[in-house]
Amino acid sequence: MEQLRIGVLAVQGNFREHAAVLRRLGAEAIEVRLPEQLEGLDGLIVPGGESTAMTRLMHLYGLDEALQRFEQPIFGTCAGMILLDRDHLAIADISTKRNAFGRQVASFETDLDIGHGEEPLRAVFIRAPWIEDAGEGVEVLAEVDGHPVLAREGRILVAAFHPELTDDTRIHELFLNQVREATSVRA
Amino acid sequence: MAEFGTMRVKSGLAEMLKGGVIMDVVNAEQAKIAEAAGAVAVMALERVPADIRVEGGVARMSDPEMIVGIQEAVTIPVMAKCRIGHFAEAQILQALEIDYIDESEVLTPADVAHHVDKWKFTVPFVCGATNLGEALRRITEGAAMIRTKGEAGTGDVVNAVTHMRSVFGHIRRLTTLAEEELYTEAKNLQAPYDLVRWVAENGKLPVVTFTAGGIATPADAALCMQLGADGVFVGSGIFKSGDPELRAKAIVEATTHYQDAEILARVSAGLGEPMVGISTASLDPSQLLETRGW
Repeated sequence: MEQLRIGVLAVQGNFREHAAVLRRLGAEAIEVRLPEQLEGLDGLIVPGGESTAMTRLMHLYGLDEALQRFEQPIFGTCAGMILLDRDHLAIADISTKRNAFGRQVASFETDLDIGHGEEPLRAVFIRAPWIEDAGEGVEVLAEVDGHPVLAREGRILVAAFHPELTDDTRIHELFLNQVREATSVRA
Repeated sequence: MAEFGTMRVKSGLAEMLKGGVIMDVVNAEQAKIAEAAGAVAVMALERVPADIRVEGGVARMSDPEMIVGIQEAVTIPVMAKCRIGHFAEAQILQALEIDYIDESEVLTPADVAHHVDKWKFTVPFVCGATNLGEALRRITEGAAMIRTKGEAGTGDVVNAVTHMRSVFGHIRRLTTLAEEELYTEAKNLQAPYDLVRWVAENGKLPVVTFTAGGIATPADAALCMQLGADGVFVGSGIFKSGDPELRAKAIVEATTHYQDAEILARVSAGLGEPMVGISTASLDPSQLLETRGW
């Protein structure tokens, strides 16, 4: 099987850890700071960071529009999920609430029920958002206190937490499977 | 069961700030300028280091009213400083729900022998360090983020560079030592063996490492990033310059594109007057802030 080429948006935030997980899973990880670096990628991760800073840095070089044109699977975590929502890049049919759980003192980690008889997933929430409203095509995969925190919509995967901060690679594997499905359809 | 204030949660916030610029601000208006320019966090304080240096006197934690004003003005994380060893100031900052506490040598130390026991807090701490041993002692006390100290309020980057060279160079040397040599190295570093061994095996500190002190230009930020910093603190360098908004944006851009000299050349152009600097070599040793903390 050909090695997948996955971009990690690297304007600011936790991009190195995502790249490290991708490499552990056998994919090639490419840091993306400029629009032309999106060419030839099989998928893209938009990492956590500060969404205001990332928004400005993306806009400076037209990465925002380039992402809207990007047709491959995208995985957004935390700030990355916010950037994909209706109010930002409008790539995912969701509305998010920023800092939904509160300031840093309210940041937490917990065992997340991800269904399908799977072992619970240790999830780290840092000044995290949640999904306030999701369109019909959005499949909610996990919730905290009734608020969706993991969801899929076609080629788009979003998580309010940070799977790159733990050793559990299941969420990244889920995304890479989405990428493989999309790649086989294309081929 | 949700767990709050674990080391992973504390250091996790610092992870999200990587590749970013944290700016000193003294009021809500500056905080908004910093946020709009792309700062990943602001440090709320009453006087920037350059003013503390000029005005002298005892520098303490900022007035909570002023800190709350800044918290209400922005949505990015807000940090604030407590004096070295002043755990009561830290308790107050935690009660204010500040996002990160900087136990800082920029303020007048409250304890000449002990730093704050940072494990007792839910709020994470960032601490300064001039060398690897100091960084590891702070991490042992519970610091979830390290910043090399530099010499705050001077606009002279040389001490920041010295400290980064010291920390990162020492880490590189640790990775080459034989196992039995690590015991002696832990003794020399005055740091716990297990932590020294972890650093030797992983070739990095277990927490995010920013740089601070004397950063005044986009080129300074790029230099620090290329030397291995995860991000930069800019104190007096922005709001003591001729055009803070323009300079703030330029330093943010330089921190992201630190490896792209063409972008650096463009963002460095036409920024107006930088902050007036003081060469740290001209300072009397008693005026140095970097020697505070132990």
